[in-house]
Amino acid sequence: MISLENTIQRKFMGKSKENWKDLIVNNAIYIVIFSIILFIVISEPSFVSLAVFKNILTQSSVRLILAFGVGGIIILQGTDLSLGRMVGFAAVISGSLLQRPDYANRFYPHMDQLPLIVPLLAAIAVCSFFSAVNGFVVAQFKIHPFLATMGMMITLYGILSIYFASGAPGPQPIGGFDDRYTELVIGSTLGIPNIVIIAAIISFFIWVLWNKTTFGKNMYAVGGNPEAAKVSGVNVMTTFLLVYILAGVMYGIGGFLEAARIGSANNGTGTGYELDAIAACVVGGISFSGGIGKVSGAIAGVLMFTIISYGMTFIGMDQYFQYIIKGIIIVAAVSLDTKKYLKKS
Amino acid sequence: MREVFHLQEEYLLSIKDVCKSFSGVKVLKNVCLNIKAGTIHSLMGENGAGKSTLMKCLFGIYKQDEGAFYFKGEPFNFTDPKHALENGVSMVHQELNQVTKRTITDNIWLGRYPTKGFFVDEKKMHGDTMSLFKRLNIHLDPKTRLDQLSVSQRQMVEIAKAVSYDARIIVLDEPTSSLTSHEVEMLFAIMRRLRDEGVGIVYISHKMEEIFQVSDEVTILRDGSYIGTEDIKDLTMEKIVNMMVGRDLDDRFPPKDNEPSDVHMSVKNLSTRYSPIIHDVNFELRRGEILGVAGLVGAGRTEMLEAIFGARTLKSGEIYIDGKKIDNSTPHKAINNKFALLTEERRETGLYPIADITFNSCISNIQAYKNKIGFLDDKKMKEDTDIQIKNMRIKTPNRREKIRSLSGGNQQKVIIGRWLLTNPDILLLDEPTRGIDVGAKYEIYQLIINLAKTGKSIIVVSSEMPELLGITNRIMVMSNGYVSGTVNTDETTQREIFNLSTKYLNNNREAEV
Ligand SMILES: Nc1ncnc2c1ncn2[C@@H]1O[C@H](COP(=O)(O)OP(=O)(O)OP(=O)(O)O)[C@@H](O)[C@H]1O
Ligand SMILES: [Mg+2]
Repeated sequence: MISLENTIQRKFMGKSKENWKDLIVNNAIYIVIFSIILFIVISEPSFVSLAVFKNILTQSSVRLILAFGVGGIIILQGTDLSLGRMVGFAAVISGSLLQRPDYANRFYPHMDQLPLIVPLLAAIAVCSFFSAVNGFVVAQFKIHPFLATMGMMITLYGILSIYFASGAPGPQPIGGFDDRYTELVIGSTLGIPNIVIIAAIISFFIWVLWNKTTFGKNMYAVGGNPEAAKVSGVNVMTTFLLVYILAGVMYGIGGFLEAARIGSANNGTGTGYELDAIAACVVGGISFSGGIGKVSGAIAGVLMFTIISYGMTFIGMDQYFQYIIKGIIIVAAVSLDTKKYLKKS
Repeated sequence: MREVFHLQEEYLLSIKDVCKSFSGVKVLKNVCLNIKAGTIHSLMGENGAGKSTLMKCLFGIYKQDEGAFYFKGEPFNFTDPKHALENGVSMVHQELNQVTKRTITDNIWLGRYPTKGFFVDEKKMHGDTMSLFKRLNIHLDPKTRLDQLSVSQRQMVEIAKAVSYDARIIVLDEPTSSLTSHEVEMLFAIMRRLRDEGVGIVYISHKMEEIFQVSDEVTILRDGSYIGTEDIKDLTMEKIVNMMVGRDLDDRFPPKDNEPSDVHMSVKNLSTRYSPIIHDVNFELRRGEILGVAGLVGAGRTEMLEAIFGARTLKSGEIYIDGKKIDNSTPHKAINNKFALLTEERRETGLYPIADITFNSCISNIQAYKNKIGFLDDKKMKEDTDIQIKNMRIKTPNRREKIRSLSGGNQQKVIIGRWLLTNPDILLLDEPTRGIDVGAKYEIYQLIINLAKTGKSIIVVSSEMPELLGITNRIMVMSNGYVSGTVNTDETTQREIFNLSTKYLNNNREAEV
């Protein structure tokens, strides 16, 4: 009975008492980002146009899919440095299996045209496998994900490079993609870029998985307090494996799309993508302390990052200056995020 | 002591000759325990006696080295908690094992979410939580996130969860450690009803009054060994204590011979901005005084301590030390002003679980261990830690042990010791003896009184009335965020304190319906 009063108090009073100062602190990162965007728009009003909007969505799509993958791992108090190499591997596999029959420098000179789904599944299978290994190592041997996935990152680069060099033309960038493949990825349907549609469908799918299924709820629970999950009968190992496999699936799809988007693939494709994806998650409020993070957060994080980098290039800002701003945003986002949890409300 | 001649079939749960060692140290030595269906069986013993370890072996968290478990005569052995839960054993763990960032509903059904096809059936889950809470008379919104709840509310949620498994055997490992009398009564009502339905309940607690109120039988462990099982009717408090510690304990409280002198700290118009709100708290604390703070759950006692310590956002309020205004706006400043706060949620806010005892004892006072060239003086840290281990009777092989592997009560002792080592002027103690056995409680009371005698001033928040009456000079009573009165300990009664603590509850009566 007393408890009820307490909850009611906490619930309502807490809200009505929220004043401007807290509103600003809690949303500081968004305020900063929107100021930057405002600055971009004021210096170059033509930034606000349908074409730019489309470009931004297109550029965000792959990043978003990758952010979903690593986002789940971050919710499990982890991180994934091997993301970029997985994407590279998926890109090289997809590219090598989907070259035009009449292209001169084919990876597999005598292969027939494959249905698009086959290379996609191959990319997904390879990434899921290696990601599952990551998950197993982390859960079973209690190795910190930073180290486990760093090992995987290095190992994968080796395997990927060997595969890349094994093609008929030797270690050369893979290009000349099949038109069906290119069309699927960079074409449009009803004026909307296909890649954006794909990202939207995946976002919905991930939202359902994270919020509406036992898998998703277990993921948040294991990430929030693994001990509690264990004594409540959750199979922690299974949850880890599933989250990492899902990440692998996302990397596979991301790499498949990325090769066609860029128009070529090599063993360096995807280098550094992990940092972009992780940064977007963090800016979007997926917390490194585990157990917290939303689909909408990942979307917001990715979009804001793309808008800022695209916008800064758009107004002709120096490349190196852009790095400085991005770096500051990441650190600011994390410190404000921590501050929110430190101060009891 | 009664011999165990009965056939095992007679018992709902029978534990036979269980042994368990951790890295060579034997913590359970041929322990036996027999629980009849439809009884509440208390398991007692000092901190570190092995109570939780035994229950964790039963529940499949640990695997015993030797020994067996029987359910109605049938041998069984759970490989993991999931297995135990699915086979009619549920447990409230001593350490609150909860996912605080998720809602009450998500926590209660964790590990067994009802599904409809591919999806979690939120509606059913919500409905089931509502009816569970109704059955248990708990008034909380299932959609609330656990980090919005107080510790006691979280403990009630945990109890509700254990009940919701419809288990045949329920283990409650110190479930009442942060409940106040009202909620304890609610829990006992639940326990008695379950008992009448034929459930076997294992109840672990260090609160003597509760043991006599609720148990049918008591089993006592000492140092990992089985000492005996008795009917509660054949037991007295002295006898239990004797079996637990192996000797007689004359008094529960040391003599209260501190002498409060001039006003040391005064607090004026202290109000917090965010809920749970405390309103306009005014009081004075005299030098060498032990001031108790009583009140029901949600009265704002913890919040008041945190506000004084700078851990909450203030709406108004001033703190004076010896008549001089000080700035306690952050915990760091408070520590510099020689305040110390022993938090209620010690495990979450106070422990460095994988560090050893030495580190955990000295960390808050690390400045004091710097030698001339700025390095830490290892020898002094070791000495101080050894003194703490001895003073507080911390049960551990040595000071290098990781604090995580100590029993719950012994972890508490290390943290209390840590704050005492910081040599503060004003000590704010939130439930200082929670989860601590009778013998060690006495030592802690003695420490508190000794500190007061050396001119330290101390505020003790406690939900244990005998404790407040036993060691404080004055008691301030809080009710619903207000101070409802301050009484002299020697002139008051439990009745008066209770009346004061319900004084401002009526303001919100309508909310209860
Ligand atoms: N994981 C572990 N590793 C090493 N030692 C352990 C571990 N868990 C418990 N112990 C030791 O086993 C002994 C019994 O601990 P246990 O937690 O069962 O005590 P308890 O009776 O529950 O005490 P309390 O009343 O303080 O909760 C203690 O001495 C403790 O240090
Ligand atoms: Mg215990």
